[in-house]
Amino acid sequence: MTFKYNNVYINEVSTITGPYEAKGPLFKYFDKSYKDFYFDMKNFEEAESHILKESVDLVLKKANKKTNDIDLFISGDLLNQITASSFAAKDLKIPYLGIFNACASSVEGLIIASNMIESKQINNCICSVSSHNNAAEKQFRYPVEYGGPKPKTTTFTTTGGVSAYLSSEKSSIKVESSTIGVVQDKGIKDAYQMGAVMAPAMADTLIRHLKDTNRTVDYYDLILSGDLGKYGKDILKEYVKKVYDINLNNYDDTACMIYDIDKQPVYSGGSGPACAPLVTYSYIFDLMKKGKLKKVLLVATGALHSSTSVNEKRTIPSIAHAISLEAII
Amino acid sequence: MYIFLLFFHNKNGDNMDTKEYQKLVKKYTPKENRLFNGIIAFTIGGLVGVIGEFLVEFYASILEISTKDAGTFMIITLIFIGCLLTCFGFFDKWVNFAKAGLFIPITGFAHSMMSAALDYKKEGLVTGLGANMLKLAGSVIIFGVVSAYVFGMLRLLLFGGTI
Repeated sequence: MTFKYNNVYINEVSTITGPYEAKGPLFKYFDKSYKDFYFDMKNFEEAESHILKESVDLVLKKANKKTNDIDLFISGDLLNQITASSFAAKDLKIPYLGIFNACASSVEGLIIASNMIESKQINNCICSVSSHNNAAEKQFRYPVEYGGPKPKTTTFTTTGGVSAYLSSEKSSIKVESSTIGVVQDKGIKDAYQMGAVMAPAMADTLIRHLKDTNRTVDYYDLILSGDLGKYGKDILKEYVKKVYDINLNNYDDTACMIYDIDKQPVYSGGSGPACAPLVTYSYIFDLMKKGKLKKVLLVATGALHSSTSVNEKRTIPSIAHAISLEAII
Repeated sequence: MYIFLLFFHNKNGDNMDTKEYQKLVKKYTPKENRLFNGIIAFTIGGLVGVIGEFLVEFYASILEISTKDAGTFMIITLIFIGCLLTCFGFFDKWVNFAKAGLFIPITGFAHSMMSAALDYKKEGLVTGLGANMLKLAGSVIIFGVVSAYVFGMLRLLLFGGTI
């Protein structure tokens, strides 16, 4: 399912990160970074909610708006029952839609907002996502201080709160079109192989988008996948080549961009709902505003498992949503 | 050619079955360096053993107690050190490096309980800490007791409990 937009723009964005992202190569593009994981809160879950709320406050400030000016707040995260988002929404007093598509939540939010803005149901919207490394470790893996050994294919959940303010007012980033993905399952059961789980979803959504818009991969200056990681990126490239005979040259993966994979202890790269928008809203938007990139396709990928489903040895389904962004200078 | 391939895609929907895909995934899955990990675990695990042996000798001579009693003192000391290092916040990095060298000895048992306790203490004493402290170590205790029972029974039935 692909939608085209004529009047949707991303006006302002805010990016707040944790300590590992601040030590990564993109540190200077972020609005703010914390040095610890608590951000003066009592626990990791509260900290995640705090960073999300702070990113919303920041984007409101940048857009020079107050909470009553905003028609809709869409947010998602990884915590059970998306509490980080809902608890942030509690303080914001903006009509709220909580969404979950794991690490594809960011683009899912942008698609919902863009459709509603395009059809003039709303004038503006704030789309947020968050993830917190320690809160995710605690929920999906081992206790934080355990440090149990993990395979090299593991991805490292990013810590961050990211928000975007969208409206029909013109700005330098236009939302051009979007594609809603179909859930894929290629029989992978290993929760430490997220790249392999999500690569087929990424490929499927990419092909659907290209088919619906009648484009080739060369149409875009850059195609970004959400968080496949170092090995997932290779799997995707070969998969797309084998199944669709397409060479992905103008392609990169945000999981590989947010950290210095060789020097930081992040295994095969970043993950989490915040990973894709943290890279896109900071570094990629900067390149777009400077005129170095014009057309960018962001395909956020999500693994739709829970720790229970993994323990029950069920295969992991995945989803990917695509959004096409254009620089207007 | 591109159009043709899209047609191909449409026709089959998806033309790589799960087996073939798993082969592709396997090709890009990096191998773990088992020999290196084994040597590290052996060396560090051995070092922990040496420290333990030193403690046994130390307690036996300074407190003038039997080696058996000194062994208990040694275990208590190592558990204490393991828990303390976990709380200092850097033991996870050591475990991540030394792997089985640190999580197989009694230090790992203490560390697994303490790290779970640190995570869950914020969810309350009973519903958090008490309920989750044995999250990782629970399996070790349960299956440790079960296997002790099985081997104890075998020992009794086969050898009359003599060896």
